Parts: sequence; C-alpha cells; structure tokens
Amino acid sequence: MIQSLFDGILVGAILSLGAIGLTMMMHILRFANFSHAELLTVGAYVALVFDAVFSALVPAFATKWGSLSLTAALAVATLLSIAITGATAVAADRLIFKRLRENAGPLTMVFASFGVALVMRNVISLLFGLQTMHYSNDIAFAMVISLDPLLLIKPDQFFVLILALTAMAALHLVMTRTPLGFALRAISENPPLAQANGINLKRMVTITWMIGGGLAALAGVFYALTNQISPIMGRDLVLSLFAATIVGGIGSVPGAFIGGFVVGLASSLALLVIPSGYNPALPFMIILITLYFRPFGLFGEER
Amino acid sequence: MIGLISYLVFFLSGAMILAIAVLGLNLQWGNTGIFNGGVAAFFGAGAYALIILGGPDRPGELGGFSLSYPLAILGGIIVSGVLALVVGIVTARLRHDYLAIATFGVAIALESLVRNAEYLFGGAKGVRGFQRPLEAAIADPFTYSLMFLGLVIVCLLGVYIGLERLVRSPFGRLLRAIREDETAARALGKSPANVRLQSFVLGAMIMGLAGGLYATFYAFVSPQDIRPILTFQIWAMLIVGGAGNNKGAIIGTLIVWGGWVASGWALAKFAPADWQLYTGTIQYILIGLVIVLTLLARPRGLFPEELTVSTATGPDGPVKPPERGTVSTGGQQS
Repeated sequence: MIQSLFDGILVGAILSLGAIGLTMMMHILRFANFSHAELLTVGAYVALVFDAVFSALVPAFATKWGSLSLTAALAVATLLSIAITGATAVAADRLIFKRLRENAGPLTMVFASFGVALVMRNVISLLFGLQTMHYSNDIAFAMVISLDPLLLIKPDQFFVLILALTAMAALHLVMTRTPLGFALRAISENPPLAQANGINLKRMVTITWMIGGGLAALAGVFYALTNQISPIMGRDLVLSLFAATIVGGIGSVPGAFIGGFVVGLASSLALLVIPSGYNPALPFMIILITLYFRPFGLFGEER
Repeated sequence: MIGLISYLVFFLSGAMILAIAVLGLNLQWGNTGIFNGGVAAFFGAGAYALIILGGPDRPGELGGFSLSYPLAILGGIIVSGVLALVVGIVTARLRHDYLAIATFGVAIALESLVRNAEYLFGGAKGVRGFQRPLEAAIADPFTYSLMFLGLVIVCLLGVYIGLERLVRSPFGRLLRAIREDETAARALGKSPANVRLQSFVLGAMIMGLAGGLYATFYAFVSPQDIRPILTFQIWAMLIVGGAGNNKGAIIGTLIVWGGWVASGWALAKFAPADWQLYTGTIQYILIGLVIVLTLLARPRGLFPEELTVSTATGPDGPVKPPERGTVSTGGQQS
C-alpha cells in the first residue's frame, strides 16, 4: 500500500512533467497533439545516444554518482536532449502543424499529429530496434529509506522525484513571476488582445513548443531511468498524459501538475485491486468520469 | 490463373469490408465533422459481438447463443451503436478535442478488455470456431469465397446508396450545416449536439457492420485485429480518397489497402532477412507519411467533396449556385 503510494507519486511526477507541456500546447494552439508523448521517447533516446558518446569520449564522465545510476555523461546528455527535443518539437511545428494551422482547422492538425506520432515512433524503432534498453545495465539496489521494510525506494527514484518537482517549481516561477510567463499566459488566454499589446504570437508559439519539448525530454529520461527505454514508451503514456490534462482542465498548468499525480496514483493504486492487464484502460475511465462530473476539469474553464 | 483470381477475390473482399468502415467514418468526419479516433473500437465491437452471438458454445467462456447469421450481424451493429451512444453522450457537449481523446481511449480500453477478459472474449488467443453461414452447404471453397465477396459488395452498395440518399436529404444538409457553422445551425433552431450524436452513432453502426463482415471473413477475431493501426489505416483511406465524397472513400480504400498489401509483399520478398522483423514498422511509417503528406499537399483528397447547392426556391425562383470557391469546403471547421 505504502509502496503503491510512492510508486504512484513517482509516476505522477513524470506524468505531470509531460502533461504540463501538453496542456500549454493545447491551450495556445487549441488542438490535441497526439504526437506529444512521442517527444518523451525522442528525449529518452537522444539522451541515450549522447550518454554513450560522452562516456566513450571522457571516461571520467562515466563514473556513477554515489548510489545513483546517474553519471556526469548522462546529466550532460539530458541537458542536450532537452534542447534537441525542444528543437524537434519546433521543427515538427514548422514543417507540418504551422502549415495546417494556416490552411485547415484544428481537427486536421489532430489527424496529422497521429501521423507524426506514427512516423516518429517507428523511425525510432528502425534506428534503435524494438527491444527495451537501459542507461545503465547494472542493477540499482533498492535502498531502504523508511523503517518499514515493505517500502523499497531506489536512490534513482528518489532523485528523479526531487528533480521533477524542482523543474516544475522553476517553471511555475517563470510562468508567474517573469515577463515571459505573463506573455505566454496572455497569449493563451486572449491572442488578439495579447497581440495588440505587442506580444509576438509566433515567437510565443515557438517558445511553447520549446518548453513542451524540453519538459517531455526530461520526463522521457526520468521514465527511462526508473523503468526502461523502449520505442513504445510514448505510445503507452499518451492516454495517461491526456487524462492528466483533462483532470486538471485543459490549459491549466497547475491543473496538469495535479492531474499527473491523480492519474499516477490512480494507476498505481488500481494495481492493488484490478489485474495489471487492464491498466491501459484506466486513463480512459478517468477521462470519462472527469468529463461526466466535471467536464472542464479541476481548474479548466469553459471555452 | 485461378490462383490469381482467387487472390483477387480475397483482396477485394478485405478491401470492400474496409470500404464499408471508411463510409461510416465519412458520415462522421466527412459530412458532420466529428473526429473519431477509435474506429477500431466500433469495428471491433461489431466483430466480437457477431462471433460471440453467432458462434459456437465455448466451455467456460461467454457464447453459445447460436443466433442465426442475420441476427448475429444485426447484434454486432447494435452493440457498436450502443458503445458510440455511451461515448457520444458523455462528450457531445464538449469541445471537439475531447471527443478525439475519448474515442481514442475507447479503442485502447476495448483492446485491453478483450485481451484480458478471457472468460468473456477469449483473451489474447481470440475467438475461434465460428461457422460461416452456408459454408457447409457450399462445398467448393472458391465458390464460397465468390459468394462471400458478393455478400460484401451487396452490403457495401446498400450502405453506399443509403448514405448517398442521406447526404442529399434535408438531414444531410443539416449535417453539413453543423459541420460548417454550428452557431448558425443553432440559430435556425437545430440542435447540433443531438444531430452530431445521431451521425456519430449511425457511423459507428456502419463500422460495426464492417467489423461483423470482417469476423465472418476470417471466422476468427482476436485483439490483434483491433489495434490502433486499423484506425489510422481507415483514416488514411478516407483522407486519400477525399473526406465528404463517398465514391472517393471507396477508391481511397482500394488505393491505400492496395499499397499496404503491396508494400507488405515487397518487403517480405526483397528486404534482407534481418529486416523482416521490421516490416510492420516500415509500413506504419508509410501510413503516417500518407496521412501527413496528403493533409499537407492535397487536404481535400483525390476526389474532393462535390459542392452541392440547395435547389430550394427563393422568392425570385431557384437560388443561383454560388461561384466555385466561395463556398467553404469539407473537413474544415473551427
């Protein structure tokens, strides 16, 4: 039970990271981007590549930090991956979504986002193979943090949880305390009015894709560290990410934060009562229940 | 020669079954502008319902109803419709995005249900042992497959003619009115949420029919048959053919299904042995590219929707058709 709670919080933090980017994108561009989850996969694999590169180039980088399976190589690789995945998201927008936005409706963009997701996921499968991988092949031993012998927490998990919370706190400060944050929120709330105040819509859209892609990369690396890397990790997470945004209310960053934890905890606790095979269906049940009782989520507004 | 012909019959049977599902999607997306991300779910509901209602007794599992074939296929259509009704009622009042997410979720949930609930749906091994109608009476397999192709074509024609009449009827105009401008339709006293729900359920029932025929075709259904890729294939068929055009939908089905089968054959024949594992991966990339590139390069498909003009008479005689290009066109909405 306590173990499930902890696992749920950990998965929840990762889902929150992914869902925040997704909800920002859905708010500013007004379409459900089904390729967002694939950015997690892209982020995890980009980090995998640079981790290997740096470990080979600078052997000192390959030593592990304490009892973590994290190395300096992986840390630098993750930072690079955040930038590259952000750039991938911007590139997808420039090549595809921007053109469709200008010539067609939001639902056409949803169709296209499924196509983009298929291409991204399967190109990764072709490049890296269908098998699962890990950043480190050593088994990280569970460390007993509490006195309760039933609660096993790996150092990696604890580290990931702290870092995810820090990243989201930083984003929250940016969104609520800086001119950039004001501009981003203004442009999502009321694009014409924000533009009349001199905010550059195109620039804000680009920045939103960068932030969304960067957070997705971080979520992807964290998921890979605590689970494994596979080409279908994005596909397996996509519905949970949408469930998190819907629970929180589409467009609400604090909502996505809380929504991630709700979905993570619900999936983890459901394992106690429902056979694990049904777990893929759980986000859908959460979505239906939310839409039925609280159609605009916890913090969303009717649009 | 007979081998080629019997393969052609096999190919056409599969393609025509898919074409029925594409027509169902065309009613939803092409004519009404409803996004359905879970075609596979409604197709699968029809397939599973047919095989369970009309199939043999399976010890320890749900079945043994032994309904006659027409009743079983009707059951499949109804089950798909009810599933669509449930999803539609929850999401009808909401932004279109929600329907996209919810329908995608239905497909994932249904797949996980049939994969795991072995006592109901046979689990990962699927449901076997279905006795195809009249198979015992017709000894020659080739004659039987010809007859089955005939049945499929009759169903396809029935759906096609019914939909052509429907889209030309006042109800069809209402669907397009809602697709183009929901506020205007509401101002005329129509109820967009209700009409959208009707179109969604009817389209899903057509997909259920296609699913039922599919399960009959293979006398077998398993979770493999209702994976999300089916939804994407059916989208690609409609997008290539041209949303809003029933003829285009059928031709799009033949093109995309032909391309799918041909690419699978070519990869199996020419790709190096260690690439064989990735045949599906390459085909998925192709489907994704077909969707994205068609939307970018030819968003209205090969056979764009024919712009219809109401023949209703105004105060000064028949209303003149507007200039081409001034009428807003298919599949776009805000």
